[in-house]
Amino acid sequence: MSTVFQAKYKERGTVLAEDQIVQMSKQLETFKTHLEEFASKHKQEIRKSAQFRVQFQDMCATIGVDPLASGKGFWSEMLGVGDFYYELGVQIIEVCLALKHRNGGLITLEELHQRVLKGRGKFAQDVSQDDLIRAIKKLKAMGNGFGMIPVGGTYLVQSVPAELNMDHTVVLQLAEKKGFVTVSEIKTSLKWETERTCHVLDDLLKEGLAWLDGQAAGEPQYWLPALFSELCSRDVTPEEASEMVP
Amino acid sequence: MDRFVWSSGLLEINETLVIQQRGVRLYDGEEKGKMDVGILLLSTHRLLWRDHKNHDCCIAMPLSQIVLFEEQAGGIGKSAKIVVHLHPAPSNKEPGPYQTSKYSYIKLSFKEHGQIEFSRRLSEEMTQRRWEHMPVSQPIYTSTTSQAGRMRAVGIVGIERKLEEKRKEMDKNISEAFEDLSKLMEKAKEMVELSRSIASKIKDKQGDITEDETIRFKSYLLSMGIANPVTRETHGSGTHYHMQLAKQLGEILLAPLEEQGGMMALTEVYCLVNRARGMELLSPEDLVNACKMFEALKLPLRLRIFDSGVMVIQLQSHSEEEMIASALDNVSEKGSLTSEEFAKLLGLSVLLSKERLLLAEKMGHLCRDDSVEGLRFYPNLF
Repeated sequence: MSTVFQAKYKERGTVLAEDQIVQMSKQLETFKTHLEEFASKHKQEIRKSAQFRVQFQDMCATIGVDPLASGKGFWSEMLGVGDFYYELGVQIIEVCLALKHRNGGLITLEELHQRVLKGRGKFAQDVSQDDLIRAIKKLKAMGNGFGMIPVGGTYLVQSVPAELNMDHTVVLQLAEKKGFVTVSEIKTSLKWETERTCHVLDDLLKEGLAWLDGQAAGEPQYWLPALFSELCSRDVTPEEASEMVP
Repeated sequence: MDRFVWSSGLLEINETLVIQQRGVRLYDGEEKGKMDVGILLLSTHRLLWRDHKNHDCCIAMPLSQIVLFEEQAGGIGKSAKIVVHLHPAPSNKEPGPYQTSKYSYIKLSFKEHGQIEFSRRLSEEMTQRRWEHMPVSQPIYTSTTSQAGRMRAVGIVGIERKLEEKRKEMDKNISEAFEDLSKLMEKAKEMVELSRSIASKIKDKQGDITEDETIRFKSYLLSMGIANPVTRETHGSGTHYHMQLAKQLGEILLAPLEEQGGMMALTEVYCLVNRARGMELLSPEDLVNACKMFEALKLPLRLRIFDSGVMVIQLQSHSEEEMIASALDNVSEKGSLTSEEFAKLLGLSVLLSKERLLLAEKMGHLCRDDSVEGLRFYPNLF
């Protein structure tokens, strides 16, 4: 545009971008004050109440704001939301890494939740499954295949870059009830041919997500350690715990 | 289980059904109880349960009996449960399935799942306590208590009152917090709208934006957690903050990288850096955005993304050819290697050693033998 035209444009009263940026800077300062006030009254609520965190996150999402985008963001600095979730991210990574040799990089949300809570210790802030899910969503930014697969009302958390397509997922879901699955179960429930069934099961074996029990009565069973590891490494039951000294 | 009374299962006027769930068994404390599996119903006033076979068998308990509840995760062979802790039953309670109980809690066992949603709704009802201001036509328990009843409850009354006060105060704090939160969000929304307006003007070139102003705009977006609407880049990439961060990382990561053979997975770096910081932690996106600036800032590190999607930080000095050549040497010496064996040999993580072998394969130096026993690499003699 020519300079004359530009000047005329400005005269018309159209606010220019650079002016709005100045305006934004001022509004940002005001907003920061409001946030500080909010923090001084309710910062504790964020740390103490999982319900409040859910509400907070949902509201942010509705207006188009990501309070966890950066540790340098206002939300993080003033409300401490950042540290809460980023630290949780570290704990999640560490649990997944520690168990990967056993379950191939797949773990139920429940087991992850239990182990993270244990790792945090008695005096640490409680975390809910919703908190874990949000932390995991953030971890995706770092590659490495963090993802969640819905199975039977809960989720399997994947922490390795294995390519799991619909076929793999559906077999995992089928195995969720008992912790294992057989070729004939798959063929009956999913109506697949043998070749497709064996191909998917072989994939799971190769990725270390499934173990083969060839000694099982009847036909071989394909066990998923992610689903049965709770049973194998059983912790103290409530009855046993109540008999111990607190 | 002695807090329950026999019920017709019909809802009173002003009482609304909130949620119901099939496949629930009730436990009297730890004991399975004489009831079978049935349908659990939550209303604004009561918790009801009906036998799934015999619909005439229906019991109910007022929500006011509930002190608190907690979830108990399920597992293989174990259904998820909700443990509900209860006030003692008043002495004038109507008859129910149990005359007495040695437990002050019951368990709801969800054999067909549904525990998550039920728990959420129960939590809502316990917070809102609608039964307190929506009287039903028939009082569920009569309010007069006999002398004996009062004496039996006397030790607990003080504790109950304290819990009640604490709960009321918690409710008050939470509702005030929610109110303040809504107001705050309104203001945040204004900021988002302003940033969108600016972005559209930048796109339509309405005004002269200097480079400086662009950087400033990006940092405002970073502060608010708003995605950059112009470039769709991840939040606040290319700001001064990330440049500083990149330089810091360039220093603190040198030693760990040397130790780990010149390469570390980004998730490892994330844990390392944040554990060292203790406070004011980096977000995953902060880390990625900072690492993207290594090249531009001429730092001796590089962010690299493998085909599999794995992201690593690599020392610039460790060239690709060197890594591939040494991988080939190792494999040739041993005849063949799996990722696990290679990892042990080099003291690397299995993930990264697999990536190196894959890279060598991609360049044509190794070939694979993929079987259910695992992935094994051989020198490529073709």
